[in-house]
Amino acid sequence: MSGRSLRRHITSGLMTGLVAVLSFTAVLALVLILGDLIAKGASSLNWDFFTKNPVPAGQSGGGVANAIVGTGIIVGLAALIGLPIGIGTGLYLAEYGSGRLGWIVRFVADVLNGTPSIVIGIFAWTWLVRPMGGYSALAGSVALAALMIPMIARTTEEMVRLVPHSLREAALALGYPRWRTSLRVVARTALAGIVTGCLVGVARIAGETAPLLFTALGNLNFSTSVTQPMQTLPHQIYEYASGPFAEWHRLAWASALVLMSLVLLLGVTARWAIRQRHGSAR
Amino acid sequence: MAPPADARLRLEAVRLTALYGRRAVVKDVSILFPAHTVTAVIGPSGCGKSTFLRCLNRMHELSEGGWVTGRVLLDGADVYDDAVDPVQLRRRIGMVFQRPTPFPTMSIYDNVAAGLRVNGHRGRRAQDDVVERALTQAALWDEVKDRLRASALALSGGQQQRLCIARALAPQPEVLLLDEPTASLDPAGTQRIEELCHELKRLYTIVIVTHNMQQAARVSDYTAFFYLGDLVEVGRTDELFTRPNEERTEAYITGRFG
Amino acid sequence: MPDRYRSVTEAAYVSGRMTTLPINPATTPDAVPAPVPEPHWQTLRGRNVGDRLYRATLTALALVLPLLLVTLLAELVVGAWPAIRRFGLPFVWTSVWDPVAGVFGAAPMIFGTLASSLLALLIAVPLALGVAIYLTEFSPKWLRQPIAFLVELLAAIPSVVYGLWGIFVLIPFLRSYVVPPLRAALGWTPLFGGVFYGNSLLAGGIILAIMIVPYIAAVSREVLLAVPASQREAALGMGATRWEAVWTAVVPYGRAGLIGAVILGLGRALGETMAVTMVIGNRHDISLSVLQPAYTMAAAIANEFSEAVSDLHLAAMFEVGLVLFVVTVIVNACARLLIWRVARGTAVGSRAL
Repeated sequence: MSGRSLRRHITSGLMTGLVAVLSFTAVLALVLILGDLIAKGASSLNWDFFTKNPVPAGQSGGGVANAIVGTGIIVGLAALIGLPIGIGTGLYLAEYGSGRLGWIVRFVADVLNGTPSIVIGIFAWTWLVRPMGGYSALAGSVALAALMIPMIARTTEEMVRLVPHSLREAALALGYPRWRTSLRVVARTALAGIVTGCLVGVARIAGETAPLLFTALGNLNFSTSVTQPMQTLPHQIYEYASGPFAEWHRLAWASALVLMSLVLLLGVTARWAIRQRHGSAR
Repeated sequence: MAPPADARLRLEAVRLTALYGRRAVVKDVSILFPAHTVTAVIGPSGCGKSTFLRCLNRMHELSEGGWVTGRVLLDGADVYDDAVDPVQLRRRIGMVFQRPTPFPTMSIYDNVAAGLRVNGHRGRRAQDDVVERALTQAALWDEVKDRLRASALALSGGQQQRLCIARALAPQPEVLLLDEPTASLDPAGTQRIEELCHELKRLYTIVIVTHNMQQAARVSDYTAFFYLGDLVEVGRTDELFTRPNEERTEAYITGRFG
Repeated sequence: MPDRYRSVTEAAYVSGRMTTLPINPATTPDAVPAPVPEPHWQTLRGRNVGDRLYRATLTALALVLPLLLVTLLAELVVGAWPAIRRFGLPFVWTSVWDPVAGVFGAAPMIFGTLASSLLALLIAVPLALGVAIYLTEFSPKWLRQPIAFLVELLAAIPSVVYGLWGIFVLIPFLRSYVVPPLRAALGWTPLFGGVFYGNSLLAGGIILAIMIVPYIAAVSREVLLAVPASQREAALGMGATRWEAVWTAVVPYGRAGLIGAVILGLGRALGETMAVTMVIGNRHDISLSVLQPAYTMAAAIANEFSEAVSDLHLAAMFEVGLVLFVVTVIVNACARLLIWRVARGTAVGSRAL
């Protein structure tokens, strides 16, 4: 039977090689995309790019200052709305979530987590754009916040659940009321994980375009008013990439590089934060 | 070592039954804990001794489905009375658990002071004094006085457990409950804590749950033997271990079952 | 103090301290212990104002999510109602999409959504499973974290960046190097017929595939890690090769979860908007050829929602949104059910990355 056994071993080796190849193919895709971003976008990154607004179509030069600031404002506002609600929901689920309402909230969070972001955009359009009579950065922020809340709620709950039960007991035995135990001891211990979840959530929504298409829309000009349309980096990329001008394409690559860097920075910071905590805690 | 005949009772359980749902894990236990004594609670695992301990400071009801009938009298007043706030009660009865549980995000100083802040203590100086006193009583002061701001996790297991004891002592409770405090410690750490018990009983009343009979014999004045939720026998340690009344007690002590 | 005692009154009697004990009829011993009363345990609702306030605040915050879902569903249905009433169920299989004439049929976009997602799965599943199996079973330990990290990074790339890359890198690449050989070899089949303009179902499918690989891989990895080591060891003990142990013992054990992971990837693919609309061609057309442009529901909403020419058009867009929402909810629910069976209780699949 050595021939058969040999064939089995060859098969095993081949399949092992195959999954390795598949894995490296996946990694290759990433490398290609990131590489293209740098190759095609880095050369356009200059001072003008970051400080100037877009110039009229067809002309060269100009920058995406309005989009960068716009992303900052809209994402910041979305975080302001979404983080407290998300963290609060997560704390609720961890502390009081074993009952029926907890089950419902968890189920809803999972449903909303899987909802396409464009449907959330429709939601924000109906409740904010239509009544207000126009597109606004506020509507965009609300849409992004709605996207963020279920995400943050689940990661917060997960992180708080990781805190050992014995810690909660020790605090209670010391005469801590329940709310104080939950906040000052349990949540505080899980803080690094919660912050990580928040950073990852913010990174996710910073890259979202679909919900902004008919809420914040875009703006050719520099604007900081939340009741007016506002340009964001992802939307800028979309407009420029879909347009006919090579100049626009060039700017699109540069904007994509900036956006990707922002997302990566947030993600790396998140990982670093949790490693710091674990480092000192072990 | 018998306390005088007019010794005040500090803590007393009266027909205490502890249940989870419909299942009773501590059945109709009545026991006295005289002031300034150490009482050891021994018995095989699962006999309800930890649950019993947790009834004394109303921690049992925090467990899913946990509830209690009967009374626990602290200086004559029932702690299970409707008018009693369990949160307040737990400041008068302190507890130390099996595994050391220092608050990981706090320094040594903050850990010890944790129980004080809840009480609304004011005054930095007063707090410093209390922290020092508690750490001294827990025989930890000399080892940490130079690094009070260091993370509590920098301490060894035995030191962490003594830190937890200091933390429990800082609010100056009347009773100290110890739930197998040396279970996760090495022999050196165990010995330190056993010595502590001897010293601390001058100031506090101590109830210690232990699965280690030799420890009970070393440390306690009175010993209570639990078996399957029943209080089989309780009495002075030296007499319980040498001339037990009950057959089950004798069987357990002589190691016929674990 | 008495030397030993069994009951309160006995102790009191022996020590002669009867008067100091608050003797209560309830404490006199009975011969029979009291029967266990009916359960009526009190939940420890905080007497504390602090506890009550805390719980109320958290509950209020937690109610936002269910409120959000209800209002979302409500406004989708209300907004779609004119179209639902007008077109009824045939909306789903009619192909005509004429905003001017007021006739709307969503069949092309539904077809495109399904087709692009299926194509994406075809490409992504082997890749993702390969990654998951390689990382959990075969890769050297030091390689595990880096590769896992890199694959996860794929999920961090924003959709619009994928679209950008799709337009300017993938499509030219397909046009130059992939489609000519495909057409030469298989151009006679309906699958590869027609002229290739670049924007196509194929491009959409490939981009989607890359986008969903990290999700399927991450969940599959967790599913495989949840399989008890004893399964693999038993197979190895019976003389299986390493591959055989994995393929015949570990993978089948986690089969339900792996299928769940795939369905989760499907759920994500169904809802992807930006990357798809940038490369798929956005044409209301049903064609069997992957080289032809197509449309998806999400892409249609992205393009036409804000440009709706009439109220009916807008209602039709709402209806498309409703269909998309319902379909993704069902798909995700199935996925979670399957995953839950293997990796219970964890929030697997709910993470942002």
